[in-house]
Amino acid sequence: MSDTIKLNRKDFRSDQTVRWCPGCGDYAILAQVQKVLPDIGVPKENIVFISGIGCSSRFPYYMNTYGIHSIHGRAPTLAAGLKLANPDLTVFVITGDGDGLSIGGNHLLHACRRNVDINILLFNNRIYGLTKGQYSPTSLPGTRTKTSPMGSLEQAFNPISVALAAEATFVARTIDREQRHMGEILRRAAAHRGTSFVEILTNCLIFNDGTFSDVTDREIRDDNRLRLEQGQPMIFGQDNDKGIRMSGCFEPEVVSLDDVDAEDILVHNDKLEGSQLAYMLSRMTRPDFPVPFGVFRDVDHLTYEEGVFQQVERAQAARGVGELKDLYVASDTWMVDDDRNGHNGHKGAIHDED
Amino acid sequence: MAEPGKPVQIKVVDDVVIRFAGDSGDGMQLTGTQFTNTAAIIGNDISTLPDYPAEIRAPAGTLAGVSGFQVHLASADIHTPGDEPHVLIAMNPAALKASLRNLAPGGTIIVNTDEFTRGNLRKAEYESNPLEDDSLQNYMVHTVPITTLNRNAVEDIEGLFAKGINRSRNFFALGLTFWMYDRSLDNTIAWIEKKFQKRPEIVEANRRALQAGYNYGNTTRTFQIRYRVKPAHLPPGIYRKITGSEAIALGMVTASELADKPLVYCSYPITPASDILHNLASLKHFDVRTFQAEDEIAAMGAAIGAAFGGAFAATGTSGPGVALKSEAINLAVALELPVVIVDVQRGGPSTGLPTKVEQSDLLQVMYGRNGESPVVVLAPSTPSDCFDITIEAFRLAVRGMSPVFVLADGYLANSAEPWALPDPESMEPIAVKHPKPEDFQNGSKFLPYGRDPETMGRPWAIPGTPQLEHRVGGLGKQPGTGNVSHMPEDHQQMVAERAAKVASLVDVIPDLKVIGEDTGDLLVIGWGSTYGAILQAVQRAQRDGKRVSAAHLRYLNPFPGNLGDVMARFDRILVPEMNMGQLAMLLQARYLQEINSLPKVQGQPFKISEIRNKIDEILSQGLGTVGD
Ligand SMILES: Cc1ncc(C[n+]2csc(CCOP(=O)(O)OP(=O)(O)O)c2C)c(N)n1
Ligand code: SF4
Repeated sequence: MSDTIKLNRKDFRSDQTVRWCPGCGDYAILAQVQKVLPDIGVPKENIVFISGIGCSSRFPYYMNTYGIHSIHGRAPTLAAGLKLANPDLTVFVITGDGDGLSIGGNHLLHACRRNVDINILLFNNRIYGLTKGQYSPTSLPGTRTKTSPMGSLEQAFNPISVALAAEATFVARTIDREQRHMGEILRRAAAHRGTSFVEILTNCLIFNDGTFSDVTDREIRDDNRLRLEQGQPMIFGQDNDKGIRMSGCFEPEVVSLDDVDAEDILVHNDKLEGSQLAYMLSRMTRPDFPVPFGVFRDVDHLTYEEGVFQQVERAQAARGVGELKDLYVASDTWMVDDDRNGHNGHKGAIHDED
Repeated sequence: MAEPGKPVQIKVVDDVVIRFAGDSGDGMQLTGTQFTNTAAIIGNDISTLPDYPAEIRAPAGTLAGVSGFQVHLASADIHTPGDEPHVLIAMNPAALKASLRNLAPGGTIIVNTDEFTRGNLRKAEYESNPLEDDSLQNYMVHTVPITTLNRNAVEDIEGLFAKGINRSRNFFALGLTFWMYDRSLDNTIAWIEKKFQKRPEIVEANRRALQAGYNYGNTTRTFQIRYRVKPAHLPPGIYRKITGSEAIALGMVTASELADKPLVYCSYPITPASDILHNLASLKHFDVRTFQAEDEIAAMGAAIGAAFGGAFAATGTSGPGVALKSEAINLAVALELPVVIVDVQRGGPSTGLPTKVEQSDLLQVMYGRNGESPVVVLAPSTPSDCFDITIEAFRLAVRGMSPVFVLADGYLANSAEPWALPDPESMEPIAVKHPKPEDFQNGSKFLPYGRDPETMGRPWAIPGTPQLEHRVGGLGKQPGTGNVSHMPEDHQQMVAERAAKVASLVDVIPDLKVIGEDTGDLLVIGWGSTYGAILQAVQRAQRDGKRVSAAHLRYLNPFPGNLGDVMARFDRILVPEMNMGQLAMLLQARYLQEINSLPKVQGQPFKISEIRNKIDEILSQGLGTVGD
C-alpha cells in the first residue's frame, strides 16, 4: 500500500507536460508542493487537487493525485461538496487572484467562514495570466494593462485581509522565490484542521514581471520584508536593525532598534483567537512597511464537516439510524382495507343529532 | 334561513371543491390543510392547490394579500384540485373579490360579515358592498359574523391577549366547514393540542373556536343541507397525504438507501424549491448531508464535488437558480458525473411569479447551456409521482454517468394527494459500481473516459481508491484517457459519445402508454403537472364519444422510443402546457408532425374545461389541409 512505502516527489508527477511559460513562478510552487506532499503522511490516493480556471489552475493536471480542473472561481464549492462525501480526503484548492478574488470571491469568503477542512492556495501574480494580461483585483492602482491603458482605477484587494475578515482559521503568506519558506508554510497549512488560506506571491514574467521585486531583489528585499515567527519579536532589515512597535491607537510603526528597548518590539503570536493583530499585520504594505511573510493566524475551530457529521450522529442517537419503512410514515396515515371500503383511519364519532 | 325544527338534510355527493380564502395573515393555508387532513384520514381522494402571495405580509385587506387554499375531495379517483370551487369561505371582502371569478355558478359562499367594513371594502376596491347590492344573486350566500362569534367564544380565556383573540377566527370557519361536511373535529383538536402544547391558552382558544364554529352550524340552522363525501375506492394499503416537495425528498433518501450511499443535497433557498431542503435537513438520521450553499452556483459545484467523491449528489432550485447553475451543470456534463438537479418551475422570466406555477423552463434545461450539452430530463406527473421519478433520476444518472434534471413545478411541489406507502422490500436496489485496482491487473489500463459497452457510461472511480488517481476537467479531452486535447477529431468524438450515451438511455426507459384507443382523431400529449387536467378532459371527451386519447411524457430527454409511432397513429396532436408551446416545438421539430399547442401562462394550472373545450374546437375543425 502506498502509505507504507515512502513516497518521493516523483510519485506526485503526472505524465502530462507542464505548459506554463518558462520562468513562470508557478513552476516553483509545483516543485515545492511535490516535495512536501510525501511528508504529510497522506497516501496519494487520498489527496485531491481542485482548481478553477487560469494559468495557475492547470496545476491539478500535473499532479499524480485525484484532481478536478473545474470552472472559473468555483473550486471551493466543489471542495466543500467533496468533503461532505468523504471527509477523510486531503483536499487542496488551487486558485488565482482573478479566479479566487474576482469571479470566485463569494465562494472564497464562504469557504473560509465555514471552516471546511481544505487548503486553499491562492497564486497571486496580480494579473490575469491566462487571458493575456488584464488587471486583476489584486493589481496595484495605476497598473497599466490592455484594459487599463491609462492605469487601473480600483483599489486592490489584500488577500490576507480578506481571508481574515472571512474568519479563516489559518492564514499565511509565502512567495515563489523562497522555496524553504514555502515548504514550511505548506506543511503547516496541511497540518491545520479547518480551512487554510495561503497566499503565494508568484511572478508572471510575461504580463507582470517584477511586481514583487521589492521583496525579491537581493539588494533590497531584506529591508522590505518581515518574517513572522511564532513567539519571536518582529525584527527585520538587512542588518536586523529594525523592528515593529505598536504606537498610539493600534498603529504599527517601524522603529530602529538603536532607539527603542527590545521589549517594546511586538512579539508575533498567530494563536490569538481574536484576529486583530493578524489583521493589523495584513495591512502592512510597501512602501511604509515591510511585507509580512509567514503565518498570520492559526487557531483551532470545529470544522464544517465535523459539525455535519456530529449532527448526523446526534440525529441517529436520538431517532435511531433511519430505516426506509419508517421514512414514509407521517403523522397522519390511514388504512384502506381489502374490502375497498377505505374507512379504517376514521377516528372518533361525528356528532350528529339529526 | 332554515326553518327551526326542520331536520337538516344530509346529501351524499361524489365530490366537492372548497376554497378557503382570507388575508395572508388569516391562516388559510393551515385551515385548508387541516380540512384536507381530516378528509384524507376518512379516506376521500384529495387534491389540493395552495395559492398564496409572494409577499409574506402584503398590506392587510388588499387584493394582493389574499391567500387561498383549494381542496377537492371525492369518493372517486380525482386528479386535479377542481376547476371551480363549489364552496367559498371568504374571510374578508378582498378574499371574496379575488375568488369569485372561479366560483361555480350557484355555488355557496360563506362570508365573514364583520370584515365588510367601509375601509375593507375600499381596500378590496369595491365600490359598493356586494352583500347589499345584487351582485351575488347567483350564489347561495351565508353571512356569518365570524369575528364576533369567535370573540364571544374565546374572549374570557385567561392569558389570551387582546391581539390573540382574532387569531382563532380561522378555526371558527374551519369548525363550521367541518359541520357542513359532516366531519369529526378530533383530528384537528389532536393537532392543536400537539402543536401548541406549550401555550395552553392558545390550545383553548383554537379548540373553543373550532367547536363554536361547529355548534353554530348545528344550532342556528342557517344551513339546511349538510354534505357527505364517501370514502374513495383507493387500492388497499396504508396511505398518507403527500406533497410533491415531500415526495422528492423521500425519493432522494430512498434512492440513496437503495444504493447504500450517503445523500449530499446542496441547495440555495428559493421558492418553491426550498421545501425540499427543509424536508431533507430534518432527515439527518438517514445520513443525509444537507449543504445550504451561498448561491446556486455553489450548490451545483458542491453537488459535483460530492458526486466526484462517490456520494449520491443532488441539488434543487427553481428557474432563476437553474440559470445560475448552467455553467456548473455543463461541468457535470463534461466530467460525466451523476448529479440529480431538481427544477421546481415557477412563473418567469426573471423573478417572475415566485409562488405561481409555470412549465417554461423546458427549453432552458434542454438547451440553455453553451456547447453541445445533452442531459437527461424527466418530469413527474403528480405529487406522488415525484417520489418515483426522483428514484428513477438517480438510477439513470448512475447508469449514464450524467446529470439528470427533474422538472417539477410549483403546483406539484405544494399540492397534496393521498399516497400509498411503498414497500421498501419490493424496490429494486440501485447498482453502483466503483472500479477497484484489482479490475486492472491483467494488463488492462484504467481509462477515466473509457466506456462501458452496455451503458456507455465512464467508470466512476472515486478518490481514496489506490492506483486509480486521475484528473478530470472541463477542457476538451482525448477519448478514453480524458487527457486535455484540442484535436478536431477528439472533440467531435467526445461530443458524439456524450450525446450517444444520453440517447442510449432510450433502451431502458419504458415505452409511452396511450390512455384510450391506440388510434384516433386526436392525441393529447402532456408532460408534468398538467397530467390530471388532461386525463380528466380526455376521459370526459371519451365519455362523450370522441375518438380522443391521452399520452403523458415522463421522459423528455430522451423521449420514449415509441413516441413517433404513437403520434403517427393519430390525425391530430394537441399539447396543452403552461408555457408558450415549448414541448410542442420540440415534438414538431423532432417528428415533423403538425402540433396544436394550447399554451397557458397565467400562473394557474389548467382547468379541465379549458382542455375539454380545446379538444372540441380542434375536432370541429375537420381535417383540412393535414396530409395535403
Ligand atoms: C466564466 C468565465 N469567464 C471568464 C473566463 C476567462 N478567464 C479565464 S482565466 C481568467 C483570469 C485568470 O486570472 P487568475 O485567476 O489571476 O489566474 P492566472 O491565469 O493569472 O494564473 C479569465 C478571466 C472563463 N474561463 N470563464
Ligand atoms: S502567462 Fe504568466 S502566469 Fe501564465 S504561465 Fe505565463 S508566466 Fe505564468
